[in-house]
Amino acid sequence: MIAFVLRRLLQAVAVMLVVSLISFALFNFVGDPINNMVGQETTLDERAELRRQLGLEDPIPLRFARFIGNALQGNLGVSYRMAEPVGRLILSRLPATLELSLAAAVFALLVGVPMGVYCGLYPRAPLARLFQAVSLVGVSLPTFLIGILLILIFAVHLNILPSFGRGEAVALGWWTTGLLTAAGLKALILPAITLGLFQMTLIMRLVRSEMLEVLRTDYIKFARARGLSNRAVHFSHALRNTLVPVITITGLQLGAIIAFAVITETVFQWPGMGLLFIQSVQFADVPVMASYLILIALLFVIINLVVDLLYYAVDPRLRLDRPGKAA
Amino acid sequence: MAVPALANEPLLRVEDLRVEFPTRRGRLTAVDGVSFEIAPGEVLGVVGESGAGKSLTGAAIIGLLEPPGKITGGQIVLEGQRIDNLPYHEMRQIRGRRIGAIFQDPLTSLNPLYTIGRQLTETIRTHLPLGETAARERALALLRAVGIPAAEQRIDQYPHQFSGGMRQRVVIALALAAEPRLIIADEPTTALDVSIQAQIIALLKRLCREHGTAVMLVTHDMGVIAETADRVAVMYAGRIVEIGPVREVVRHARHPYTVGLMGSIPLVGRDVARLAQIDGAMPRLNAIPLGCAFNPRCQKAFDICRTQRPDLRRVGPVAVACHLFDMPPADAGRPP
Ligand SMILES: Nc1ncnc2c1ncn2[C@@H]1O[C@H](COP(=O)(O)OP(=O)(O)O)[C@@H](O)[C@H]1O
Ligand SMILES: [Mg+2]
Repeated sequence: MIAFVLRRLLQAVAVMLVVSLISFALFNFVGDPINNMVGQETTLDERAELRRQLGLEDPIPLRFARFIGNALQGNLGVSYRMAEPVGRLILSRLPATLELSLAAAVFALLVGVPMGVYCGLYPRAPLARLFQAVSLVGVSLPTFLIGILLILIFAVHLNILPSFGRGEAVALGWWTTGLLTAAGLKALILPAITLGLFQMTLIMRLVRSEMLEVLRTDYIKFARARGLSNRAVHFSHALRNTLVPVITITGLQLGAIIAFAVITETVFQWPGMGLLFIQSVQFADVPVMASYLILIALLFVIINLVVDLLYYAVDPRLRLDRPGKAA
Repeated sequence: MAVPALANEPLLRVEDLRVEFPTRRGRLTAVDGVSFEIAPGEVLGVVGESGAGKSLTGAAIIGLLEPPGKITGGQIVLEGQRIDNLPYHEMRQIRGRRIGAIFQDPLTSLNPLYTIGRQLTETIRTHLPLGETAARERALALLRAVGIPAAEQRIDQYPHQFSGGMRQRVVIALALAAEPRLIIADEPTTALDVSIQAQIIALLKRLCREHGTAVMLVTHDMGVIAETADRVAVMYAGRIVEIGPVREVVRHARHPYTVGLMGSIPLVGRDVARLAQIDGAMPRLNAIPLGCAFNPRCQKAFDICRTQRPDLRRVGPVAVACHLFDMPPADAGRPP
C-alpha cells in the first residue's frame, strides 16, 4: 500500500517535471513577451532593461531551475497583460472554475448513473431507447452549441435563468463561492449542464454497458439462483461491480471537465481560469498560459492519484498486501 | 414416459418440457419434450454432448432461462406444486430455499467484491429468519461442513483468496445454505483440476445424502455418473434418448448413442476396441434431421429412423427412444 502510493507519487512528480518543461519552453520561445507589455513608444533601452529585470537574459538551465524553484514557492511570474502576480490572478479565478467543474461532475454522476442503471436493467424499454438517443445527441453536439442552445431556451425565450456571469458570489476568506446565494446557484445551472452533459452521456453509456456485461456474469446468475431479491442482485451485486470503471472514467473526466471549462466559461462569460486562459492567449500572456498548463496538469495528477486510491476501497482484489494464500 | 403409479409423489416432475428460442428465421427448439422425475434424495445424472440441452433444462427448472429463451410447453412440478408458471417473486422464494444451484465455474460464481461470509449470510438471511450473528454462526458451520480449514479466518476473506477447489466448496455451502430439497449441479467439476474433481463430487454426494437432498447432476463425465448417480438420463439434441437406473444404462446401454458415450469410460470386462465410435457432431438446432435426430451418425439406422421420430418407451428397467426397440416384446429389452 505504502509502496504503491510512493510509486504513484514518483510518477506524478515525473509528469509534473515534463509539464513544467513544456510550460517553460512556452514561456521562453513563444512570442516576445516584451512587445505585449510595453507601448509603441518604449525605447529599445527600456525594453532591454525590462528583459533584464524579468530575467530573460540568463542561461536556459538556470532559468529553468529558477522557474521550478519559483513555481514551487507559488511564484509563477507576473502577468504581462495585467502586471499582476500570476499566482494571485489564478487563485482568484480558481474557485469559480472548481465550483463549476464540480457542479458539472455532480450533475453528470447524479443523472448519468441512474440513467445508465436503468438502461442496463431494461435495455429494451422505450425510455431506455430514448435515453440512448438523447445521449447520442449529447455526445455529438459540440459544447458551445449546447451552451448557446440552452441560453436561447432558458435565458432568452423562457427568461428564467441568467445567460452569463456567476450571479452573486460571496467571499469566504480567499475563496469566493456562488453556492450560497440564490442568484449564484441559478447562474450555475446552465453552465454546469453545458459542461457536464458530455460526461453525463459518457457515464450513462459506460454504466449501461458495464451493467449489461455484469448482469451476464456467472456470479449474478448464481446470486439469482441463491434467491436474492432483485434489489440485492441489481444494486449490491451488479452496480457495485460496475463502479471500478465508473470511478476511473469519472475521475479522468473530472480532469477533462476542468480543462474543457475553457469553452463553457467563454460561452457563459464565467469568471474562471478558463476565461482567464483564453484572454491570455489572445494577448500572448505567456506566464498566465504556462501557469494554467501546470495547474491543470497538477489537478490531473492529483485526481489520478485519488482514483487509484479509490480502487483500493472498492476492489479487494487489489489489496494484495494481505497474504492471500490460496489453499 | 410410461411410469407406473408411484406410491409417493416424486420431489420433481418434469413433463414434456419444451424450451424454445424465437429467432428471425423461426423458432429453435432447444429442449424438445423432455420428461423425467427425481425422487426425494435421489441423484439423477444427466449426460450428453455439449449443446444437448442439459443446462437449459436445469435453467428452466430453477426459472432462470435467459431471454429470449422461453418455456413453451409442458410443466414442472415441485412437491406437487406447479412452478414453471409462477410469477418472478414467488419463484425467487423457491430458488435457494427449495431448489439450489451449482454452476460450472467456481472462479466466476462468487462476487469478487464481497467476502464469502457476507455472501453466505446474505443468502441465509434471505431465506431463514435469522439475525446477523446467528446467520454468521450458520455460515461458519456450513464452511466447516464443506471442509474449509480455519473457517473462522477464512469467512472474512474474499473469493480471490481461495483456490478453485476451495471456491467450489464455498459454492456448495452457498447452494446448501437454506437446505433446499433439490440441487441442480451443472457440470460442477468441469472447470476444476482433475485431481480435485473427485473430492468435490464426493463432498457433494456426502452432504446431499446427509441432508436428504436430491441432485440433478449434469456432467460430461460418465465415470462420475457411474459412481455418483442413482439414475441417469442421456440427452441428445434436446431430447432424452435413454433414462434408467445407472447400472442398467452404464452396463447395458441400449440406445446406440448411449453405447457410443459409454466408450468414453473404460469399464472392467469391456473390450474398448469393439465399442462403436460416434463419428460426426450433434446437429445444430436449425438443422435437426427428420426422424431420429441421431440417425446420420448411427451405424444401426434403418429406413424408419430417417422418417419417424422415435418416442421414449419402456424397455425392461429403462426407457429408450430408438426404433431398434420397436420390435416385438420378446426381442426388446436385450441390448442389440
Ligand atoms: N440464447 C440462445 N439462442 C439460441 N440458441 C441457444 C441459446 N442458448 C443456448 N442455445 C442453444 O441451446 C442448445 C442447448 O444448450 P445447453 O442447454 O447449454 O447445452 P448443454 O447440454 O451443453 O448444457 C444449444 O444447442 C445452444 O446452441
Ligand atoms: Mg451446459
